[in-house]
Amino acid sequence: MDTALNTATAPAPQETRTLTGSQALCEAMLQEGVKTIFGYPGGAIMPIYDALYGYEDKLEHILVRHEQGGIHAAQGYARTSGKTGVVFATSGPGATNLVTGLADAMIDSTPLVCITGQVFAHLLGTDAFQETDVINITTPVTKWNYQITDAAEIPEILAKAFYIAGSGRPGPVLIDITKNAQLQPFEYKGYKPCHHIRSYRPKPVVRKSYVEEAAKLINEAERPFVIFGQGVILGGAEQEFKAFIEKAGIPAAWTILGLSALPTDHPLNVGMLGMHGNYGPNVLTNQCDVLIAIGMRFDDRVTGRLDKYAKQAKVVHLDIDPAEIDKNVKATVPVWGDCKETLPMLTALLQHKAYPKWLEKFRECTKQEDEAVFQDELHPKTEILSMGEVIDTLNQITDGNAVVVTDVGQHQMVACRYAKFNQSRSNVTSGGLGTMGFALPAAIGAKFGAPDREVVAVIGDGGFQMTLQELGTIMQSGINVKIIILNNNFLGMVRQWQELFHDRRYSSVDIQSPNFVALAAAYGIAGQSVSERPNLKPALETMIRHNGSYLLEVMVGKENNVFPMVPQGCGVAEIRLK
Amino acid sequence: MKQEYTITVYTENQVGLLNRIAIMFSRRKINIESLNTSPSEVEGIHRFTIVINETEDVVRKLVRQIEKQVDVLKAYFNTNDEIIWQELALYKVPTDEIAEKVKVERLLREHGARAVVIRKDYTIFETSGHREETDKLISVLEPVGLIEFVRSARVAIIKQSRGFHEKLKEFEETEPHPSTRENEYLDQGDNVFVM
Repeated sequence: MDTALNTATAPAPQETRTLTGSQALCEAMLQEGVKTIFGYPGGAIMPIYDALYGYEDKLEHILVRHEQGGIHAAQGYARTSGKTGVVFATSGPGATNLVTGLADAMIDSTPLVCITGQVFAHLLGTDAFQETDVINITTPVTKWNYQITDAAEIPEILAKAFYIAGSGRPGPVLIDITKNAQLQPFEYKGYKPCHHIRSYRPKPVVRKSYVEEAAKLINEAERPFVIFGQGVILGGAEQEFKAFIEKAGIPAAWTILGLSALPTDHPLNVGMLGMHGNYGPNVLTNQCDVLIAIGMRFDDRVTGRLDKYAKQAKVVHLDIDPAEIDKNVKATVPVWGDCKETLPMLTALLQHKAYPKWLEKFRECTKQEDEAVFQDELHPKTEILSMGEVIDTLNQITDGNAVVVTDVGQHQMVACRYAKFNQSRSNVTSGGLGTMGFALPAAIGAKFGAPDREVVAVIGDGGFQMTLQELGTIMQSGINVKIIILNNNFLGMVRQWQELFHDRRYSSVDIQSPNFVALAAAYGIAGQSVSERPNLKPALETMIRHNGSYLLEVMVGKENNVFPMVPQGCGVAEIRLK
Repeated sequence: MKQEYTITVYTENQVGLLNRIAIMFSRRKINIESLNTSPSEVEGIHRFTIVINETEDVVRKLVRQIEKQVDVLKAYFNTNDEIIWQELALYKVPTDEIAEKVKVERLLREHGARAVVIRKDYTIFETSGHREETDKLISVLEPVGLIEFVRSARVAIIKQSRGFHEKLKEFEETEPHPSTRENEYLDQGDNVFVM
């Protein structure tokens, strides 16, 4: 009798509780270790927000000012923390506002789980208020998506969502939940994390024979060259990567998403690849005999014209995604797998080597670039400030320890070229999609993802105006983000192309800006604007020292160009220094 | 060189997957000549048969992208000499016309056709085969007043295939066995199909 009584009065074991779909969703968030959610409420997601009210002490919700801001913030969060970013949005316009961020996260392999509310299941297909076919709209820009119409599916589908988003080559997942499923009580049997889906192989089986073939090619090489991308960071393989290049003594250049995986001052770091990359890495791509590509996808901004790209070289391609191998550049040896596993296997088979003569060639190129580009960019002879000297001065103050978040355009290329980094996961930028308006919200998320680090957003005057509403998010959350606006009163990159390739026909690139400092002040954010050299360093110091967010506008040369440049349709060796 | 390729995709039976696969073709502006979805020999596993006219390079890359989709287990591509395939066609013709003008018996024999329905006003013939074969019957029936014609999508079986039961077991293992042959395309060159 006693036992029976005890059972009756004791709280029901967790496995058999009755929960609503919304509560089960919050439980899933807790079980997946989510602490911060970026979102915006609305009609079709109200039951979830109601449940969230009861989880306020465990789940922090950051109210953004626009759903696009929410998803970019989640991206920034994922990029600095290495965890999956989470976004909540309502149906219809809330969900469609996520599309740009989904596309951005898809092409830049950023793990996200987005939850969108949806109209009641019985209203699907009736053109109900704020109903949109979110699943079909987002299919091409998600790694996986799924619509839940029954609350009982929530634990299992959420477990799948987090597993898919974060494993293998990461990417965005969207789960659309109808309002009835959010409200529906069901027998909650606990949460089981997902580790296997039979139709999904996140990591291909490493083929040892290919590792051996790759090692042979590398050991026999005379002018080997490593090019690396974000795969090194996503795989958490920075140490393995460093050990690999150091043992083999091979110079290494990065894509802008691979930036910060290897410290800037590492002796084998020879710089940036691609259209606005460094001179040496581009020119010497066409002189190496073995090209070793690690966790990168040969984007057209990196390769230039493919039929003039590294034709003389044997190519070793390490990638976790078999669909990337042979997609743009034919691999002589494909080493598929997680580079965290393949790199140590490869390193073990390599001979200790050094290529002083070959490395000297990179140094010679750097010298040429220094004379033609660095001097003017970093130490301009005119009174007008350049973007490069702003970044260079910032380096002196932060000593390369800050997270630098960039938007898209000239300032992005300059920041990637000149910013100094000592540790990984320090560069957050929109690479593949080139989303203007990315930086401000991404910087907010980056700070939540790395609260102990200094986060500096570097943004152009154009891009800033695309998502400046997120100053409101900064104000309300009280987060400490430093914002540098490099203002040249132009949509600079488009203007540069118009100057070089469209006979200086400056079509719709002359952009006016509001008083950015006054605008920041309206949101309670301190700031100042500088245009003269003597004021630059003190202003940057004030910004970094300031306790709280700060906006610094720097007026820079109106018609400065970013060089070097591989013009579109040209090979990497045809890179122009001016 | 462009030629006809038949793509065979084994998938989970999931709502929305048809769209996810179809848009991979439209994104690359590839016209789907024929598309069939059906159950496979394994319960719960669906099978898509898709025919396109493309170069091998395009097909190879496309098939890898298809296989990358979370709910797709496996995708293969084959040329026509590597598969056995059939299409089904139905022909509706006026009964009195064919009774008078065409020797029905010869028609049925020569074209492997059979009459599915015979009514006073019309008769429906059915035949299956390759496109040229089903086309031939159109040209025979057109002069006697073909009222309606419809042809199904291609269904195809890969000659070398030993079915999907064994392959599925590999997928159901949490950790793939080292002997698992993934990404056959990269290994096999021309001989693409390996089970």
